[in-house]
Amino acid sequence: QTGTVSGRVVDEKNQGLPGVTVLVEGTTIGNSTNSDGTFSIQNVPAGPQTLAVSFVGYTTKRQPVTVVAGQNATVAIALAENTTLLNEAVVVGYGTQRRQDVTGSLTTVSSKDFVQGQVTNPEQLIQGKAAGVQITTGGGAPGAASTIRIRGGSSLNASNDPLIVIDGVPVDNTSVSGAANALSLINPNDIDTYTVLKDASATAIYGSRASNGVILITTKKGVSGEKLTVNVNSQTSLSRRYNSVPVLSADQFRSTVEQVAPNQVKLLGSSKTNWQDEIFRSAMTYDNTISLTGAVGKLPFRASYGNLEQQGILITNRLIRNTGSLSLNPVLLDNHLRVNMNVKGSWIDNNFADNGAVGSAIAFDPTQPVRSGNEGLGGYFEYLQNAGGAPQQNVPRNPLAQLNLTRDRSSVKRSIGNIQLDYSLHFLPDLHANLNLGYDITRGNGSKFVDPNAASTYFNVPLDPKNTTSRGGSFNQYSQDRNNKLLETYLNYTKQFGGNNRVELLAGYSYQDFVTKAPAYATYLADGAVFKAAATNPFRTQYTILSFYGRANVTINDRYVFTGTLRNDASSRFPSSNRNALFPAASLAWRIKEESFLKDNTTFSDLKLRVGYGITGQQDVVAAAGSDYPYIQRYTLNTPVSQYGFYDPKTGTFTYYTPYSPQGFNSNLKWEQTTTYNAGLDYGFLDGRLNGSVDVYYRKTKDLLAVIPIPLETNFTNQLVSNVGSLENKGVEFNLNAIPVQGEHWNWSINANATYNVNKILSLGPQVPGFKGIETNSGGSVSGGTGTTIGIYSVGAPSSSFYVYKQVYDTNGKPLQDVYADLNGDGVINTNDRYLYKQSAPKVILGFSSNASYDRLSLAFTLRSNLDNYVYNNVNSQNGNYQGILGSSNFLSNVTRDANHTQFTNTTQARYSSDYYIQNGSFLRMENVTLGYNVGKVFNDKGTLRLTAAVQNAFLITKYTGLDPEIFNGIDNNIYPRPRTFTFGLNLSL
Amino acid sequence: SSALVVAPSCTKDLDRTPTYDLSTATIYKDLAGYQAVAAKVYSGFAITGGQGPDATTGDIQGIDQGTSDYIRQLWSAQELTTDEAVIAWGDPGVQDWHNMNWTSSGVLVRGLYSRILYEVTLCNGFLAEATDSKLSDRGISGADAATVKAFRAEVRFLRALAYYHALDLYGNVPFSTETDQIGGITPPKQIKRADLFAYIESELKAIDADLVAPGQNLYGRADKAAAWALLARLYLNAEVYTGTARYADCSTYAKKVIDSGAYSLSPKYGNLFRTDNYTNKEIIFAIAYDGKRTQTYGGTTFLTHAAVSGTADANWNPARYGIGGGWGGIRTTTKLYEQFADTAADTRGKFVTGGQSRDIVSQTDFKYGYVPVKFKNVSSTGVAGTDPTFVDTDFPIFRLADVYLMYAEAALRGSGDRTLALNYVNLVRTRAFKNTAAGNITASDLTLDFLLNERSREMFWEATRRTDLIRYGRFTTAAYLWPWKGGVAAGVAVPDTRNLFPIPAADLSVNSNLVQNPGY
Repeated sequence: QTGTVSGRVVDEKNQGLPGVTVLVEGTTIGNSTNSDGTFSIQNVPAGPQTLAVSFVGYTTKRQPVTVVAGQNATVAIALAENTTLLNEAVVVGYGTQRRQDVTGSLTTVSSKDFVQGQVTNPEQLIQGKAAGVQITTGGGAPGAASTIRIRGGSSLNASNDPLIVIDGVPVDNTSVSGAANALSLINPNDIDTYTVLKDASATAIYGSRASNGVILITTKKGVSGEKLTVNVNSQTSLSRRYNSVPVLSADQFRSTVEQVAPNQVKLLGSSKTNWQDEIFRSAMTYDNTISLTGAVGKLPFRASYGNLEQQGILITNRLIRNTGSLSLNPVLLDNHLRVNMNVKGSWIDNNFADNGAVGSAIAFDPTQPVRSGNEGLGGYFEYLQNAGGAPQQNVPRNPLAQLNLTRDRSSVKRSIGNIQLDYSLHFLPDLHANLNLGYDITRGNGSKFVDPNAASTYFNVPLDPKNTTSRGGSFNQYSQDRNNKLLETYLNYTKQFGGNNRVELLAGYSYQDFVTKAPAYATYLADGAVFKAAATNPFRTQYTILSFYGRANVTINDRYVFTGTLRNDASSRFPSSNRNALFPAASLAWRIKEESFLKDNTTFSDLKLRVGYGITGQQDVVAAAGSDYPYIQRYTLNTPVSQYGFYDPKTGTFTYYTPYSPQGFNSNLKWEQTTTYNAGLDYGFLDGRLNGSVDVYYRKTKDLLAVIPIPLETNFTNQLVSNVGSLENKGVEFNLNAIPVQGEHWNWSINANATYNVNKILSLGPQVPGFKGIETNSGGSVSGGTGTTIGIYSVGAPSSSFYVYKQVYDTNGKPLQDVYADLNGDGVINTNDRYLYKQSAPKVILGFSSNASYDRLSLAFTLRSNLDNYVYNNVNSQNGNYQGILGSSNFLSNVTRDANHTQFTNTTQARYSSDYYIQNGSFLRMENVTLGYNVGKVFNDKGTLRLTAAVQNAFLITKYTGLDPEIFNGIDNNIYPRPRTFTFGLNLSL
Repeated sequence: SSALVVAPSCTKDLDRTPTYDLSTATIYKDLAGYQAVAAKVYSGFAITGGQGPDATTGDIQGIDQGTSDYIRQLWSAQELTTDEAVIAWGDPGVQDWHNMNWTSSGVLVRGLYSRILYEVTLCNGFLAEATDSKLSDRGISGADAATVKAFRAEVRFLRALAYYHALDLYGNVPFSTETDQIGGITPPKQIKRADLFAYIESELKAIDADLVAPGQNLYGRADKAAAWALLARLYLNAEVYTGTARYADCSTYAKKVIDSGAYSLSPKYGNLFRTDNYTNKEIIFAIAYDGKRTQTYGGTTFLTHAAVSGTADANWNPARYGIGGGWGGIRTTTKLYEQFADTAADTRGKFVTGGQSRDIVSQTDFKYGYVPVKFKNVSSTGVAGTDPTFVDTDFPIFRLADVYLMYAEAALRGSGDRTLALNYVNLVRTRAFKNTAAGNITASDLTLDFLLNERSREMFWEATRRTDLIRYGRFTTAAYLWPWKGGVAAGVAVPDTRNLFPIPAADLSVNSNLVQNPGY
């Protein structure tokens, strides 16, 4: 005895909502809505029933309906946009879940909460928006790479980058030749939602690449049944440098030289040049995106085109990006087949500027002119040898010549796309078969031309010794192809039963393959003569990951939610004996609010306790091992400049061999494993106007993939990537959303998040006393101090610890030149007197966002703060002394103002390792302030218009004496300044 | 894991192998492969890695790549620690050499140790694949097999040379041969200095039959005389290494080199250190450089650039040395300058003095100290090298004059013909004094002290000074002081433990078989 239920699901604007799940509660019967929002459910048992209607971003509704046998009952259902987010469907690995069923730790940031203003790289959208997520841009250059860390780094030398999945395609986020930031190839305007998966119970479904968290990016999609909408988003920005590296002005420099070294005064020039003013400019950015969203018949789609032209504030620096995206998501076969197709393409043209010019502008003598007045060396002032007019070697170079005599361009094309088929079986609609085919293809190429007049390349001479006429300049080119492909297929079974019980089962298989190729090119002089021969072999590398995974999500009584996941990964980067690894995770959520004692409590609108445990892996050893084949004994052909020759006196000829170099290899290499424990509490008060979460976590990584010293004579190297030791991260995350004011005119919402993370190395394998650890510059380098390492991996200390001498000061607090504390008390100051001091990673990260509106006017801002992060002021350790004045009898270098404080004269290089230069880099930055005005209906009610005015990087409060303390590896040298940017934007919808 | 069975075709995709790199099986399939690896073994003394001097990493990690060069590091340990050289720079550890306050955690102490033992490993790797049985398994026979076997003997020589440096500098080092597995996890055992001495001795004698006759090999490859010269040096210092003097053996092997007749003194001393020194008949064995094909920031590129002021001015014209500009690093103390009573008469005593102060007021300021620019990137006829940055000049490891002086010293220490010794010394001095007898000495002049000084005059900046001073008991003691010895301006004695460098903490840490040298 059954009947039919049909109807239409609409949103608040009375427009049909497609794809909504309509289930008859307590049964397996249900259906999804069509493109116009209508649905029909057959064979519904007669009697009073309840329909559970759920959809992403909307509050799930339970609508009673009485079914009469043999008849059709019609219902009209209006879904409200979700405010409390409780029932919101959130994107998780391989699918979506209702937020209430989520047992892991994750943070969602959707487009309405994104950072506004000039955001040209996608990751900047959520800077300061999510607890536990640290995003550090690599400076102010257009397209600069950012470093993303989720809950600190879990590894030492393997990658600490999170896995980024865009519309179901795990993308390669390592830098591409010609584009430092692989994410910069995505137009931020196309992005709809970020979901950050943080603990193992959320990430373990991604197994081997999940130890550093997973970022799921969902792009905007068309909606079925919706009318066509054209959206134009246009931003014009002006960027300006707002501070300078504190060096001496021409006048100050002159008087300092007169005071410090009277016999060097003769080297002073007569100009007054502010080199930093010379190399920087006010830069314009034009960022326009036009999108068309809607549906043609039954085909919902979204198409967009974006054009970005961003000037860097360093002269000659510019980026042009064209992006296009198309997404189609039709529902076919009587609603049984959902198709989700995405194609994104972008084309970036870069004009790079030599970052070294930033350092040159700091050090170049401000009393010297930009131009020499004669024609040699392009007319630029440079230091010359007495004989012949050749430039001096190893002297500061004119920063303007450095920039203007170099043409460094690249062009990078990238396309990411996939087609995802979700088929709900006709005979068993609860069972979905999913197939996802994706690709990520990049073509990068570029070239760098240095003018023959440039002093830096003056001594470049042709490879052919018989060619005595060519000289100077250089031309080199590069290109790189990446072809990454993805095949994924999984089965998903969801069943609601017994009222408030639910089961979701998932089992899948994934195959991903990554190929990178690059040809070998010769290097030429400016006139085309060969300077260096091309390597014999081109470059090609490939790796493959093959996985099986499964997940069970069980909800009992809407109160107890259990999630278990299991993933088996195999990576071609490991020997077959260690290739497979199993990554399990389990988590439990207790929705306390649903318990009888809280059910009717009006103070709490939500209370959920989550506990989780899981193991994730790490296989990205490329940076540490230098290859995708770390376990194979390889012989690599030397380059043409690394040959070895023998001479035959009888014939008078040389025979040169190009050696094959055996490489270090680790045939025992295996996965790094991170075990995560997480406990969290989601809370909501006052009908959700106050909600958020608190999480505590403990993560321990064992079998660390670390580059460590190995016993000499056991391998073709002295350091090798090995599974050794362990480290831990523990921390607390706090997230709060509040709506202090909600009214007809006034509205105000805020978000506050805080993260506290402590990182500690627990073991680095067997050690003897006297071995402090592995000295490192964390991927950076100490400018001026060849061979100096400022950091160390040491047991018991954070991985970002500094390792320095303890500076001794006089009674006035002035540092004493070359005087350091004899910390081991042996009467000698040597490298053994260094100590562990502070860390570059922030212990606390804070984010605060506010959005207030009065009718059509709104004011939003985002504040960010890092606390207890220390910075090595390499600008001062290099230039904060009188070496620049005393060091040469041929030229002078400018010094920072700190030189007049320290008054260091002929100091030794040990100063590079002084703790005097480790400074507190805690800061508070006003990331963005945006004033918006919603003009409302324009063009005879045909469109809506919103205008914005924004200031990026509005202010920075810090005690740090350098330019900007926000530097990921904590070594401040020649950072490309982050400018202050004023943006005017308009957003028009038609 | 039953699911794994479902996709057998895909699991094969997990066996990814490099596209262009070769495996042990594919490299050693023919003669060319053996030659390419033998060339690697030779080049291990000359350059820092396979991908060029500007690559991000070289063979040795944890040290600046340019600094990690074998010759540059060996030179620093042998010269910067003595009266013959000081350096202006402050790279971590570089001042420790002269100040004699290096530590087991020093980056340079570890860098040199790593470089030497890496070279041993390269040799072991080649030798393990070059056995007779492996050659026949791979179908390499006839002339090809003979060529491989010739390289095999030379590689054993190169291993003995590297082990000799380990013996001389570090004493008791980890020890392995081609029978030990590479890529395993078992750390090698430590060998006692005296036992390593015996091993090197036996190796050099064992390969004698297989090495090419003196002067008959290609220049740059080792011959019998190279092995004899190394034996002579080994025996000359035997008392330091083992406690038992072996001067008779020293004079025997020195004599074998001299009597082979394959070598003759270069008529002009300076020509030994010019770009065309590969044609020089005096050089027994050298590390070969080429400005275009064998590039490094170490080796003679370092020795040339570092000895030229960074400032080109009236006193310093880098073009004179065939380079674009100097690095302003190395000079000498007054002690070497004073060895030359008459720098005009003795052609070896050429110092740049203009703009320089004689006394080392500060080690870190290039203008203090006269500079004997020994290595130049110009030919014997004054033609600049092929590249203004990378130097063409080869670095001599053994040359005839050194062998003459070794014989003389052994003779003087009671194991040789003193008349012959005087004759040899005067041959060296005649060449130094413009091929005249002006500098010749008499039998009564020929004392051990004279010989030590003569070695300094002849061999300065050729990486033998530290060994010589130790043999004379003057390296650490108060018997001989030089400016800034032990980090004190007037010079000071240091503990005798400084006669050996420490085993680096990094290796001690991962190899539990190792025991630190005494005093560290």
